[in-house]
Amino acid sequence: MPSIIKTISGRGIPVRGNDIDTDRIIPARYLRCVTFDGLGAYAFEDDRAQLKAQGKLHSFDDARFAGAKVLVANANFGCGSSREHAPQAIARWGVQAIIAVSYSEIFHGNCVAMGLPAVRVSQADSEALQSIIEADPKAEVILDIEVLKVSVAGKTFACQLGDGPRKQFLNGSWDALGELVEGLPQVKAKAAKLPYLNAFG
Amino acid sequence: MPILPPLDGSHMSRNTLFDKVWDLHAIRTLPSGQSQLFIGLHMIHEVTSPQAFAWLRERKLTVAFPERSVATVDHIVPTENQARPYADGLAEDMMQAIERNCREFGIRLYQPGSGKQGVVHIVAPEQGLTQPGMTVACGDSHTATHGAFGAIAFGIGTSQVRDVLATQTMSMSRMKVRKIDVKGRLKPGVTAKDLILHILRVLSAKGGVGFAYEFAGEGIMSLSMEERMTICNMAIEGGARCGYINPDQVTFDYLKGREFAPTGAAFDKAVAFWKSIASSPDAEFDDVKTFDASAVEPTVTWGISPDQGIAVGEKIPAKESFAASEQPGIEEAYAYMGFKPGQPIAGTSIDVAFIGSCTNGRISDLRAAAEVIKKHGGMVKASVKAFVVPGSEAVKKAAEAEGLHEVFRAHGFEWREAGCSMCLAMNPDKLKGKQLSMSTSNRNFKGRQGSPEGRTLLASPAMVAIAALEGVVTDVRSLLEGGSVPPGRAG
Repeated sequence: MPSIIKTISGRGIPVRGNDIDTDRIIPARYLRCVTFDGLGAYAFEDDRAQLKAQGKLHSFDDARFAGAKVLVANANFGCGSSREHAPQAIARWGVQAIIAVSYSEIFHGNCVAMGLPAVRVSQADSEALQSIIEADPKAEVILDIEVLKVSVAGKTFACQLGDGPRKQFLNGSWDALGELVEGLPQVKAKAAKLPYLNAFG
Repeated sequence: MPILPPLDGSHMSRNTLFDKVWDLHAIRTLPSGQSQLFIGLHMIHEVTSPQAFAWLRERKLTVAFPERSVATVDHIVPTENQARPYADGLAEDMMQAIERNCREFGIRLYQPGSGKQGVVHIVAPEQGLTQPGMTVACGDSHTATHGAFGAIAFGIGTSQVRDVLATQTMSMSRMKVRKIDVKGRLKPGVTAKDLILHILRVLSAKGGVGFAYEFAGEGIMSLSMEERMTICNMAIEGGARCGYINPDQVTFDYLKGREFAPTGAAFDKAVAFWKSIASSPDAEFDDVKTFDASAVEPTVTWGISPDQGIAVGEKIPAKESFAASEQPGIEEAYAYMGFKPGQPIAGTSIDVAFIGSCTNGRISDLRAAAEVIKKHGGMVKASVKAFVVPGSEAVKKAAEAEGLHEVFRAHGFEWREAGCSMCLAMNPDKLKGKQLSMSTSNRNFKGRQGSPEGRTLLASPAMVAIAALEGVVTDVRSLLEGGSVPPGRAG
């Protein structure tokens, strides 16, 4: 059930690059499922394998970032498919908040609906945060949704979040279903008036 | 400077179709400041719905308006052997889940063999379910397609699928509206697919975040309904969650006589309503961008994002032609695709040719491909695997009635059953290794077509058809304009 989310603190994990699409976050073969359980193991699987083949390490495979809670990405993160499997995989891996320059809207909506704060920072700040985390993976990143600030290693960065989602996290109403259900009498009244549900009368 | 258009309440647009349809469906302002928005048509498929139904059961909720949802199966459906149970046990589990969920909650399900199954974004329009002035939602980003009718159509995640099932509403913030004003008309050999790839190239994959796109102008209104669907389908590839086109006589003519379209006097009343929700002459937009349709050429993507497209006669661009922040992504695209800047795209050898998907799997797309094949007269190159996947059972039936399947088969193309097929890697149709596919689908993302190293060039059905026959990327106008350009070369 929904709960209040004001601050997230924990170690950071960088995922560099613009336009990281949801096929990269969770390849489509893992969408052949009827629950989201277990998706965390497959987050970024193809990117991880590709880097491994080149003798490199994806941050999700890098022991220095194991147990991180705050993912720092760049622009247009989560573009492409609407699959909620993507933020579900990231969350089930252990991420509790995302900081990025921008998001696709569907991805961002999915994050809010799951109670996963996803805030925006400038391109320069996203890169600065990634560099700080890379230099000191143990540094604690603190995201404060109330004052919209990210602090790490003695530095503070301003971040953005729409007023709606911000309120939803702060008052614990990010799972909108309860409120939507409360509105059902008004929903029925609306349906009784819509032209296409009433023979265009 | 704001990083993104502000998401809450700061839109300026007025009297656009988006504003009118939004206002018609907004029920109330929620404590978060977002709106509770009524959804007129909800579509369901097997991939993004099982968890939503499970959550309904957990919370002991039911489906509020089961008659306003319609389900079909498309992503996981094999396009060769459709015998049940499916060879893929996970796919079979998903099929059984949607069958059980629809039965239990009283939702209409178009199954394979019903004559109405197919890619969800092809099925709903052909049944007349998608209509102007509606709000439409589906757990699939290409829901934007339905905007072609003058609906506002949103792709949503599974949590929102749950919300729509339980209440026929969702919580949402209003978007800004950008008018994309396309002057002039497309030249022969240039299609709606080329136009939208060109628009994406100019406005970028993220340029539309925060916006609904209104596609307007002679270059859009001169398109058929099916071409309009191709345009709106790919609005999401430009970051715009929805794209729409004002309804006109083309829209009304398409709808007349379809199963769920109004009939008799109600149809005339419907037309009056549909006209009333179009953007008014005095509509105000948050932004306007202008394009010239006559300047668009057959376009092919070369990279790993749908905005990385070039005219078939162009060379792969140098990274210096992009902003500094984009250059690492451009280098990544060169490396993944195995292409070098300055290399022409025409003449690139392909391994696979795929014609189908919610972007280009409609009857007019198959006709366009067949016409190219007949004019060319050759066979699919031995080095190329080419296949045509109708977007729905109805498209398949129509194509077979016209003999299109015989054209495809006679020239070496496989003819399949309806489904999403190789648009994405959820069924047996997949690339292998580093194969290069030329595809009429919508995404050229890394690994999208089923091999983690597989590569995709996006193009129109005509361009994919001629590439299958030539074995290389070829300007289709070489054929349509009387063969003045040698095959395999740019026009």
